[in-house]
Amino acid sequence: MNHAVAGGVRVSAGRRKPTLGQFLRRKSTIAFVMALPLIVIIGSLVVYPAFYSFYLATLNKSMERFVGLSNFSFLFTRETFWMVVKQSIIFAVSAVVLKALIGFTVAHFVHNIPVRGQRKWRGMLLVPWVMPPAMSVLAWLWLFDPSYSAFNWLLQKMGASAVPWLGNPYWARFAVILVNVWVGAPFFLIMYLAALKSVPEQLYEAAAIDGANWWQKMWFITLPMMRNIIAITTLFSLIVTFANFDIVRVLTNGGPVDQTHVFATWAFRIGIESNDIPLGACVSLFMFPILALAAIFILRDINKRGGEA
Amino acid sequence: MTTAAATVETKVGPPRKSSMRRDRQRALFWSYVFLIIFVIFFLTPPVYMIITSLKTSAEISAATTPWWVLNPTLQNYVEILTSRTYLTFFRNSAVVALAVVLVTMLVSIPAAFALSRMKFWGSATLATGVFLTYLIPDTLLFIPLFKIFVFLHDLTGIEFLNHWWLLIIIYPTLTVPFCTWIMIGYFASIPKELDEAALIDGAGYLQILTKIFMPVALPGIIAATIFAFTVAWAQFLYPLAFTTSTDQLVLPVGIVTTLIKGDVFNWGQIMTGALLGAAPPLIIYAFLMDYYIAGLTAGATKG
Repeated sequence: MNHAVAGGVRVSAGRRKPTLGQFLRRKSTIAFVMALPLIVIIGSLVVYPAFYSFYLATLNKSMERFVGLSNFSFLFTRETFWMVVKQSIIFAVSAVVLKALIGFTVAHFVHNIPVRGQRKWRGMLLVPWVMPPAMSVLAWLWLFDPSYSAFNWLLQKMGASAVPWLGNPYWARFAVILVNVWVGAPFFLIMYLAALKSVPEQLYEAAAIDGANWWQKMWFITLPMMRNIIAITTLFSLIVTFANFDIVRVLTNGGPVDQTHVFATWAFRIGIESNDIPLGACVSLFMFPILALAAIFILRDINKRGGEA
Repeated sequence: MTTAAATVETKVGPPRKSSMRRDRQRALFWSYVFLIIFVIFFLTPPVYMIITSLKTSAEISAATTPWWVLNPTLQNYVEILTSRTYLTFFRNSAVVALAVVLVTMLVSIPAAFALSRMKFWGSATLATGVFLTYLIPDTLLFIPLFKIFVFLHDLTGIEFLNHWWLLIIIYPTLTVPFCTWIMIGYFASIPKELDEAALIDGAGYLQILTKIFMPVALPGIIAATIFAFTVAWAQFLYPLAFTTSTDQLVLPVGIVTTLIKGDVFNWGQIMTGALLGAAPPLIIYAFLMDYYIAGLTAGATKG
């Protein structure tokens, strides 16, 4: 009887099983083949080089001998290294904060005006983000030119003295951050504008009936509703800004006297221009911790949303 | 009754409404004032590029009025557009960008389809992994990649470095993860009934992808294409690290390294070259702004 039941089940499954099994196998095989180019590209040109750079960082300059962590300990003794660490952090944090503030403010202004005109303003405000940085930064380089600076011309017309935009370390740091804010603020603007538009109008109406003032609406409705977008945009921008290369390279190339180098430009100077690949790999690896941190946050976010759905 | 309520409201309304309207108008006024200030900040460099590009070298070095053109001339444009080196940069950039767009689409559309619709072993992990690789910046990878290509040269005898086609191999690493991610989002929003119906009618997976998914997700494909093109056009670090000969350079590197030579800066030509170099993404943006923004926001909101 037991046998009969099993047989019966087998018969009914048997009619489907080959086709279903074949179907499943075929489906997953096709899927894998379709995803294969992606896996090959990411595996060979992103994942492998990322791990390879850890290995490279443990070699000596001619890459013949394993030297362990002595590249790192050598870096720690160099004054320039600590300067780069400081500058990278100042650069990334202040630029991201300014970008977020400007993006948030301007998004509100755009959101305030009639919908009909918003497209036009948004279009103009996004231009810095669309231009390739290497080319738009050339315009800034020309605006900051030591002898023909158009800003200094205006300052002098107004009776102020000329500013050594890229010649003085402090002004150069300011200039690099300013240009980064100029390039990156539109990204925040677009993200925050999209978030603002997704806040239901009824919430504000309900708050208005309850007598909430502007600050209360901002603090209890707008900010909580935008929290996710603010977090993820800031995280993205922190990674991109921390790893920034184009702006510093074109604007100051690390100067004056290495005062504006960030990890990426200094790694390029050492690894490619001075041909010390292991030490350059070593420097660029310092961008890794912030990356890992961001990855953890984002993974947590994805898992949480996966749980909710 | 409703009319009564309405008349009551209009009677009570006027004084409050007018003060509210005045508040509203003041807010509007200040919004415009600040928007104008920010637009000036955002548009000063491109406008200054245009101003400088219309000047002769003599007028630039006289520096009487940096913010205005006294004798506008198109001489810089003529010189740049007849310069063999500049046209080579432009051609290299165009070929690389278009090839990268093609490769990116061929890789990421099938992959996104497979990852969003056809579950296989490890597909969920792979989808997350794709997103994480998007976070690995080019500045972390250029040194190991450089070494890898030197090593491959020693191994096979093929010279990878200092050839513009190398960029077609490398750039997809910057575009494929994000494009795949966008496309997964778009494909996931297509109702399952659609492909189930097609399966029942006997369509193969390739047919489902090309006949149903790609037409329905066309806005996503356009957004991904624009993203891939913009990234490929603007990339600066890889060509700077991997190519050196003048005839192998792409625009961003070509302008920065060859037009700026020694102490003599011909700013009129540099600005013209940079402006023309920035033109293709700007033109695409001007015509397809909505797709551009959709791609930008989809990446983060669909995370």
